[in-house]
Amino acid sequence: MAHAHSVKRYRGLMDWITTVDHKKIAILYLVAGGFFFGIGGIEAILIRIQLMKPMNNFVSAQVFNELITMHGTTMIFLGVMPLIFAIMNAVVPLQIGARDVAFPFLNALGFWTFLFGGLLLNLSWVMGGAPDAGWTSYTPLSGSEYSGTHGVDFYTIGLQIAGLGTLIGGINFLATIITMRAPGMSYMRMPMFTWTTFITSAIILFAFPAITVGLVLLTFDRILGANFFDVAGGGNPVLWQHIFWIFGHPEVYILILPAFGIISEVIPTFSRKRLFGYSSMVFATILIAFLGFMVWAHHMFTTGLGNVANALFSISTMLIAVPTGIKIFNWLFTMWGGQIRFTAANLFAVGFVPTFVMGGVTGVMLASAPADFQFHDTYFVVAHFHYVIVGGLVLGLFSGLHYWWPKMFGRILSETLGKWTFWTFMIGFQLTFFVQHFLGLMGMQRRIVTYLPNQDFDLLNLVSSVGAFLMGVGVIMFLVNIVITMRKPAGAPNDPWEDGRTLEWSIPSPPPEYNFKQTPLVRGIDAYWKEKMAGHTEMTPAEPVGSIHMPSATPLPFVMSVGIFIAGLGLMFSKDEFGNAFMNVIFNNYIVVIIGLVITFGAMALRSLYDDHGWHIEPEDQDEKGART
Amino acid sequence: MTTSHAEPVNDKLPHEPEKATLEGRNKLIAFWLFLGGETVLFGTLFATFLALRGQTNDGPTANELFHLPLVAAATFILLVSSLTSVFAIQAMHKGKRDALALWLGITVVLGIGFLALEIYEFYEYVKHKEFGMTTSAFSSAFYTLVGFHGAHVAFGIVWIGIIIGQLFKKGLTVVTAPKVYVSAMYWHFIDVVWVFIFTVVYLLGKVG
Repeated sequence: MAHAHSVKRYRGLMDWITTVDHKKIAILYLVAGGFFFGIGGIEAILIRIQLMKPMNNFVSAQVFNELITMHGTTMIFLGVMPLIFAIMNAVVPLQIGARDVAFPFLNALGFWTFLFGGLLLNLSWVMGGAPDAGWTSYTPLSGSEYSGTHGVDFYTIGLQIAGLGTLIGGINFLATIITMRAPGMSYMRMPMFTWTTFITSAIILFAFPAITVGLVLLTFDRILGANFFDVAGGGNPVLWQHIFWIFGHPEVYILILPAFGIISEVIPTFSRKRLFGYSSMVFATILIAFLGFMVWAHHMFTTGLGNVANALFSISTMLIAVPTGIKIFNWLFTMWGGQIRFTAANLFAVGFVPTFVMGGVTGVMLASAPADFQFHDTYFVVAHFHYVIVGGLVLGLFSGLHYWWPKMFGRILSETLGKWTFWTFMIGFQLTFFVQHFLGLMGMQRRIVTYLPNQDFDLLNLVSSVGAFLMGVGVIMFLVNIVITMRKPAGAPNDPWEDGRTLEWSIPSPPPEYNFKQTPLVRGIDAYWKEKMAGHTEMTPAEPVGSIHMPSATPLPFVMSVGIFIAGLGLMFSKDEFGNAFMNVIFNNYIVVIIGLVITFGAMALRSLYDDHGWHIEPEDQDEKGART
Repeated sequence: MTTSHAEPVNDKLPHEPEKATLEGRNKLIAFWLFLGGETVLFGTLFATFLALRGQTNDGPTANELFHLPLVAAATFILLVSSLTSVFAIQAMHKGKRDALALWLGITVVLGIGFLALEIYEFYEYVKHKEFGMTTSAFSSAFYTLVGFHGAHVAFGIVWIGIIIGQLFKKGLTVVTAPKVYVSAMYWHFIDVVWVFIFTVVYLLGKVG
């Protein structure tokens, strides 16, 4: 029965293209997300070079608009979100004692649609102009009238394709966590990172369809001549802002909740204490997610919604400080009296706490509608959200990567270089963004290509730019650390920090292809720690050793994403005049779109006609170590 | 049903074959979640429509355009197709593959009928009422909301059609049953969305 049919095993590049293993998909997300993070970082450095001194002409105003648009879009959608997905994919199935996610095929599909959407978006740099209407793409600025190049088309269609991947990933994690937890792991025994992944996925599920519609409407306005946001045709530009922010505000929590989860894993491990107030952490997370959907109009105080709307959204926004404060105090109480070890991972986690608190405090300031009329569209806002997203999420990501690197790759990152990374990045970050609060309060506007000399902006902008370079140095140190570490042999023990609390530390590093030889039995919160305290060295199994069913590798998710990519390009250029008659025929008659869709739906039909029976790993083959064959 | 007398019944199948395997249960849960996301998608489209439905830009208004008997006929057809998909699931729970395939087939035919009426309706508006995508914000919102629903119907027709093919190729098994079940869920969802479209777009368009 087990060897009823032979298994096709791919090698080399094809192995990566066809993989459906969550651990390999995590690495794909890490590489691709890291690549886009690098592009977004270079864009940031170019922005800071331009703003380093007054009346600078390092880049033109048009290129500056493209840089700020692509920096924001790339960092949020193509940089940090995929990095979050990398950690989620690497960790969540292990933390819940599962052998994979619920839908391995969809997991691969989600990655490839994200990658091809991101590639499409970045092709804009070499195909006639990047998007230039800001990462929020406010109408009418993003309409055909003010944004005549294909830039915004790249934005709408590229993000649409990438967003599809995120939604697929979100549904997959929800189903995985609902159905595939090991025996004994009730919801209130789930590790905090798994909890935040769960809630984040729920936010993705309810927020992303809104931006899907928004992007469709904008695409229709630009390509089909619809009138959603065109006042001359009866449309309403503020509608875009509502749709964008009903997605966009929850998006902030999609970004920060996983960071909360990482911090909630790292701090207890390196304090040798269980997380203080576990259940209050869970409910605070749920409350933050709920309130996250209730506050979108605080981005729109100055659009003229009226005092009543402004007051209500002001209050609901300030309410978020309550559950967030609960979390902050719980982290502090976890450290209180603990045996704290300042490893690189823990430095980032501890550094996260005060930095994120500062971002939160300026958030409450911005939530006050009358004050917001002063802060709006100044560098104060820029400083605020970078404190939250860089000082919160990026520090969290660094912490998580240092913490789980041995589990993902079997190698411990150099602690010395990790600490250097922390200090350069942290000092660079504070230099860059702390002064921007004051620039904003002094009246420097955001999204402005340059400024006049002798308005007190000169010195602070220079400081900010120097800080940005220092952050760049920190990131380079991290890359050097990776290169050095990867050249060493993989020999990390199961539990390299020796104080691991959750299930992922009970199996080899990196885990075998099937994760758990036997599904573990969970007997409490911090399941592995509980067994260690009882004097055991490994988990009690919940099942006998047996044949393990695995999903087959397949190139179809890749092919489907290529099809969507081709269809997207075809749609974008469907109204263009080409010099070449053949190009005119295939683009203007939607032939390219149709070819792309045929590829995608053809692959879907193949998937539907030929069931994937998977394959089995027999008990005698279950002692090999390492995720990569 | 006359066919059900002669039809062999698959007795080996569990009572609820769609929930018999972990894959099947995963599929059902994920599909419920997916429909949650779809609800937000249509909710956003409805909100857009409600915000823009008065913005006719000197073009035709809802009251001038809509012909309720046609829409009522389409509504009736779609509601009946939901009922036939229920019969399909009942046949599945009795292990009767042929009856299942037949009821799914009837559902698909009714879906095609609905879609044909919708295409006819759009054609009339564009051809004789000069009401196209670019006419006004109202027209853009109308075609996008109703068209999205129509695209969902079209997708459902193809999808259920493929599943009928699978039933004949692979039989009614614990692998095919969850697919049948989620496609029926999808079809009910489309139906519920249409009830809202009928109310918010057409009835409100006539009286509002």
